[in-house]
Amino acid sequence: MGQGILLSSSDELDFMIHGVFQYNFFGHPVWITTTHICLLIVMLVIIGFAVAANITMKKATDVPGTFQNIVEMMVEMLDGMVKTSMGKSAAKFANYIGTIFIFILISNISGLFGLRPPTADYGVTFPLGVMTFILIHFNKFKHQKVSGVIKGLCDPWPIWAPINIIGDIAVPISLSLRLFANVLSGTVMMALVYGLLKWFALFWPAALHVYFDLFSGAIQTYVFCMLTMTYISDAIGEE
Amino acid sequence: MEFNNNFILGCSAIGAGLAVIAGIGPGIGQGIAAGHAAAAVGRNPGAKSDVTSTMLLGQAVAETTGLYGLLIAMLLLFVKPLVPKA
Repeated sequence: MGQGILLSSSDELDFMIHGVFQYNFFGHPVWITTTHICLLIVMLVIIGFAVAANITMKKATDVPGTFQNIVEMMVEMLDGMVKTSMGKSAAKFANYIGTIFIFILISNISGLFGLRPPTADYGVTFPLGVMTFILIHFNKFKHQKVSGVIKGLCDPWPIWAPINIIGDIAVPISLSLRLFANVLSGTVMMALVYGLLKWFALFWPAALHVYFDLFSGAIQTYVFCMLTMTYISDAIGEE
Repeated sequence: MEFNNNFILGCSAIGAGLAVIAGIGPGIGQGIAAGHAAAAVGRNPGAKSDVTSTMLLGQAVAETTGLYGLLIAMLLLFVKPLVPKA
C-alpha cells in the first residue's frame, strides 16, 4: 500500500486517510497518518478522564459530587451490561469489555468534534477483532480442553471440520468489518453532504450527525461488545 | 486488449451501483425484525427494553451483508483497484 491509496481523493470530497509525514523504519517507508493523530487525541482524552476519575475516587465521599456520580454511573452501567450477558465469568472480563466499550464509543463519536473517526480505518478495527479472536480461542482451550475443542470442530461429523474452521476465522473479520464499514459509511456520507452541497449545508447536517455519529456509533459499540461477550461466554461453556 | 482508463472508471461506477443493491436484503430483514419486535412489545409491554436491545443487536448483525456491498462500492469508486497504476 503506497502513497497512491493513502492520498487518493478528489479535491471536493475529503474523507480519505492522509499521510502526515513519512519516516524510515529499517529502510521501509512508514507513514504517520491522520488515523494515528486522531487515535492519539482519543487516547489523551480517555487518559485524562481516567486520571481525573482516579483522583476523584481516591478521595471519594459518601455523598457523591457531580463527577464522582458520573464515574460511578458509568462503571455501574458497564458492569451491569457485562453481568447480564456473561453471568458468572463477568468479573474477569468486565475490565476488558469496559475498556474497549469506552475506546470504541469515544472513537466513533470523535467525528462530531471534527476528527476523522479512528475506527473508520480498517487498521484500527481489525486488531480489535483479532483480540476478540484470541480471547475466544484462549478461553476455549482453557475451559473445554483440547478434546473439547476437537469435538467442537467435528460437530455434526468430522467432514464438517474445514467449514467449522472457516466459520471460526470469519468471526473476527465480520466483527471488524461491521464496525469499520458502519463508521466509514457515516464518515463518507457526512463528507458528501459537506463537500457537494457546500454553502447549502448549514445547520441541518446536525441532525445527520446525531444519527451517523451518535446513534450509529453507540449502536455499533454496543453490538461489538455484545458479540464479543457472547462469543467468549460461548467459548467458556456451561460450568 | 487495451482499455481506456476512463472506460474502466465508468465500468467501476456501474459496478459500484450494482454492488449497493445488496442493501435490499438487510432492509427487508431489518424491517421484519422491527415488525416482530413491535408485535412482541405489544404483547408484553413490560419486556420493552429487552426486546429493543435484542432487536438492535439482530439488526446490526443483519446489516453486515449490506455493508459488504457498500464496501465493494467504496473500493471500486475510491481505491480504483481496476485502473492500472500509472
